[in-house]
Parts: sequence; C-alpha cells; structure tokens
Amino acid sequence: MKKMLTIAQRELAGYFFSPLAYGVGAIYLLCCGIVFFHGLDAFGIPPVFETGREPTMRPLFEMMASATVVVLPLLTMRLVSEEFSSGTIETLMTAPISDAQVIIGKFLSVLGFFAILLAASLFYVILLSIYGSPDAGVTVSGYLGLLLLGGAFISVGLFTSTLTGHQLLAAILAMVILSVFTALAWAVVAFAPQPWNVIAVRFNALSYFRDFARGVFDTRGLVFFLSVAVFFLYLSIKMLESRRWR
Amino acid sequence: MIDVKNLTKWYGRVLAVDGISFHVERGSIVGFLGPNGAGKSTTLKILTCYLPATGGKVTIANHDIFTESMEVRRMLGYMPESVPLYPEMRVVEYLNFRARLRDIPGSRRQAEIDRVAERCWLSKPENMLRRRLGELSRGYKQRVGLADVLLHNPPVLVLDEPTIGLDPAQIRSMRELIQSLAGEHTVILSSHILAEVEQTCTHLIIIAGGRIAATGTPGELRDRVTGPSRIIAEVRGEDEQATVQAAKTIRGAKEIQVSSQGNWRRLLISSEQDADIRGEVFKLAGQKGWQLRELRREIGSLEDFFVQITYEQNLQAGLWKSAARA
Repeated sequence: MKKMLTIAQRELAGYFFSPLAYGVGAIYLLCCGIVFFHGLDAFGIPPVFETGREPTMRPLFEMMASATVVVLPLLTMRLVSEEFSSGTIETLMTAPISDAQVIIGKFLSVLGFFAILLAASLFYVILLSIYGSPDAGVTVSGYLGLLLLGGAFISVGLFTSTLTGHQLLAAILAMVILSVFTALAWAVVAFAPQPWNVIAVRFNALSYFRDFARGVFDTRGLVFFLSVAVFFLYLSIKMLESRRWR
Repeated sequence: MIDVKNLTKWYGRVLAVDGISFHVERGSIVGFLGPNGAGKSTTLKILTCYLPATGGKVTIANHDIFTESMEVRRMLGYMPESVPLYPEMRVVEYLNFRARLRDIPGSRRQAEIDRVAERCWLSKPENMLRRRLGELSRGYKQRVGLADVLLHNPPVLVLDEPTIGLDPAQIRSMRELIQSLAGEHTVILSSHILAEVEQTCTHLIIIAGGRIAATGTPGELRDRVTGPSRIIAEVRGEDEQATVQAAKTIRGAKEIQVSSQGNWRRLLISSEQDADIRGEVFKLAGQKGWQLRELRREIGSLEDFFVQITYEQNLQAGLWKSAARA
C-alpha cells in the first residue's frame, strides 16, 4: 500500500511538470466554461447559466463525461509507455515492488489528477448556488458518476499505455476502445436491429452516466464502471508481467 | 554469493545466452567482459530479475531469482547501461523516491541520502541535490545512478557498463569508487573495454557469442592466454630463400615467414609454447656471418586474446547474416 502511494505521488507530481497535462486540463476547463455560459449550439447543449433556466449542472456533466474520451487518453498515455521508451522500467521493476503495485499506483495518480480537474469545476456549482438553488443530490451523484466513469476510462488508457513505447499510439488506441463504449455503442443502439442494439445498450458508458447526471443512483452503472476498471487494470498488470515470458 | 548454473536465454529464435555457469565469491569484484552483443547485458538483466531465463538456475545468497524475486531484489542494486532517470525530478526527490521503494524508513531516509550523496560526489564539491535530473551531464547522471544503487546498502551490486560515456577523469574516479566497494559489497560489472576491468576487477569472465570463453583472475588469464610466442629477427647477408632455409634448421622453430626491406630480411619465427629460441637465432646469425639488427620475442597478450574473440564473434555474426541473406 505504501509503495503504491509512493508511485502515485511521483506520477501525480509528474503531471504538474508536464505542459501537456496543463494544456489538456486548461482545454477541459475551458470547454466547461463555454458550456456553462454559452452552451454548444452544434451539439444542442443549452447554456447552464441563463436566467429562467432550471439551475442544474446536468448539461455540463454530460459534456464533461463525453470529453473524457479525448482528455483521459492524453493524460494516461505516458504512464507506462514513457517508462518503456526511457528505460526507467528497468530500475523500477528491479526494485522490490510488484507489478500490481506499479499499475494501481499509476492508476490512482491519474484518478487524482482528474479529481483535481473536477474540483476546479466546483466553481460553477458555487456560482449556480449563488443565483439559484441547484439540487444537491444531482450534483453529488453527477460528480460521483464522473469519478466512476473516469476510473473506468483511465484503466483503459493505462492498459493501452502498457502495450507500446509510443505514447501517441497508446492514446489513439485508448480513444478507439473508448469510442466503442461511447459512440459505437450509441450508434448500434440507435440504428442496428435486434439483438445487437439490446446488447449494445449494456456497453453504453454514457447512458449509464446519464442516470448519475440525472441524480439516479443505479447499481447497474456502478457495476459496469467498476467491472470495466477492474478488468482493464487486470489486463494492464498481466501486460506488464508479460515482458517476463515474451 | 552468486551461483549461476547452465543459464540460457532465447529471444524468440535468437539464442542470446547459451548455457553459462559461473560462481561469484562474496566481496569480490567480477568483470563481465565481452564484445557488443555477447550476452552481457542479458545475463545481468536476468540476474536482477528484470528478465526471466529460458533455462538454468540462478541463486543470489541462496535465494532463487525466479521463486524468491522480491528477496533477491531487496539485496540487489542494479544500474542499467544507459542509467535511465526521470528528467523532471530533482536529484534529492529521485533518491527519496527510490529510498521509499526500497522500504527505507522515513527516519533514516535523509541520513542515507546524505551518505550516498557524499560518497558519489553529489553534495561535494558542488551541491547537485537540488538540480533536475534532465539537466545533469552524463557523468553526474552516472553518479546519481550509482547513488541510487547504494542507497539501501545492498550486498550485491550489478553495474552494466558503469564507465561508458565518461571522460578519463570521471572514469578514474568511478573506478576508484567501485574499488572502494569491494569487500563490503559483491560487485558484478560489465564492460567491453579490457583495460578497464583488468584494473578494477578481482575476477574476469570473458563472454562471447553467449558462452563463457575464459574465466579467472586477470593474472591467471594472462598466463593462460599467452599463446605460442613469436620471434622477430632482422638479418642481412643472404637472399630470402637461403635465409629461410637456414632458419629452418633452428630447433623449436615451427613456422617461418620472411619479408624483405632492401638487403634486410625480416623473419617471423613461430615457436613452441614456451620455447625461447632467441639464443638459437643469435647463434645461427653468428655461424652464417649475418648482420643482426633486431631480435625480440612477442608474447600473446590478454588484449590479443580478447580482440581475437571479438573478431571471431563478428566473423560468425557476419557469416550468419550472409547465410540468412542467401
């Protein structure tokens, strides 16, 4: 446990020295700001902060969830990939630390960074509470949903990062896998015949998230996000171990 | 301390290490010597539990590297060839991070960092502890790598090419540092430069093509590899043919080559292992009335032996490649 936190701490500190992490974080928060004050006409998202509207964070939450498909792979891509390309994996894995400790430590670091980004968006909740009274339950369950969705998506990105020493490739692979859980699942549900659409519903991460954003705590969503996270973390540990028998 | 039996490693269909066995005594400094691609780094990576072996058994202080990997890693300090570091961290942050991975308790961490920093010249004469690793020169990176390896005071140190890329002054100080570690630590280091390990190590293992070509102390090896000696003599008096004919009568002379330089005949005479036939050559010159302007004996050196091994391996690799092409 202690070593896991040591890894997590080092990685998290690493984000604060990475221009990429600052850039990605800034763009993510900028998008939040745009949706909050202006909405996004192209996607049919109305502004959140407008007189006469119901004071709810829902449109903002949905945008924040969709954007993770691009944002999180950019944050996770370097995690293991960089260790491979720079060779630090050798010093790391010859220290008395298990593969699982390394993977989970790295996972926690991105989750921590993502939580910091989410915390920055609390500013909008405060602003909304000053001018109206948003439902506290919806807000809490929305953030909980974002963290769960983030955890699942981060483990996907972490997994693709163990596959290659090329960071960009890792990011693109992660985006492809995440698109299966979001865009592809949505398209299949909307356009494909039975039984495909029924199956795809089960894999649509964003529709599970929508429940959380509405303030509905659904155990199906909880189970889905947790099992995706555990599955890909397990695969990541196995991939890291696989260097031993490859 | 370290016991390697029949160690084998295949990378896919390439055999990198071909059944090597050796034993390292506690407190000795062992030099792993071999041309590039001989299997040195692979062997070291297996010893440090980074790569698994395909076959064979390795124990370090009676712990099997495969089944007791964590115990082995705790007793080991490994510095990889390129000394990979995290460029965004400061020296002291990095050492602190490594100390925590090695379970050094918080109360002792600072003391240990101070100790290794001083030993590896990171705090004196110039304090480098607050510098970022990415800004350090090659020599300083190497020192940080070594400081990291010494942090937990491990009984076994594995250093892959510790002096590569250093300038002559740095090589000397690195060599002195490594020598000062003997006794307290068992050190295995690799190199492809003979002169270097010859001076630092108490024991040499010469490896080529994944096999052990020779092993022993530098002195033993030098004695053993001294091949058939050669006599070089330059004489004047007769033509090439007659000179060779006369030289053939010398007892102990095995093979004679001759070349001419004006009137001078340069003879290269190979002899039996230990025979020194300079006296005979001198006598012959006296009998024939030749003028003699040079007479010396050449002995095969460790360097020659090593170059020969390297040459043979390159030749084999070349043959293999051309066979693969055809």
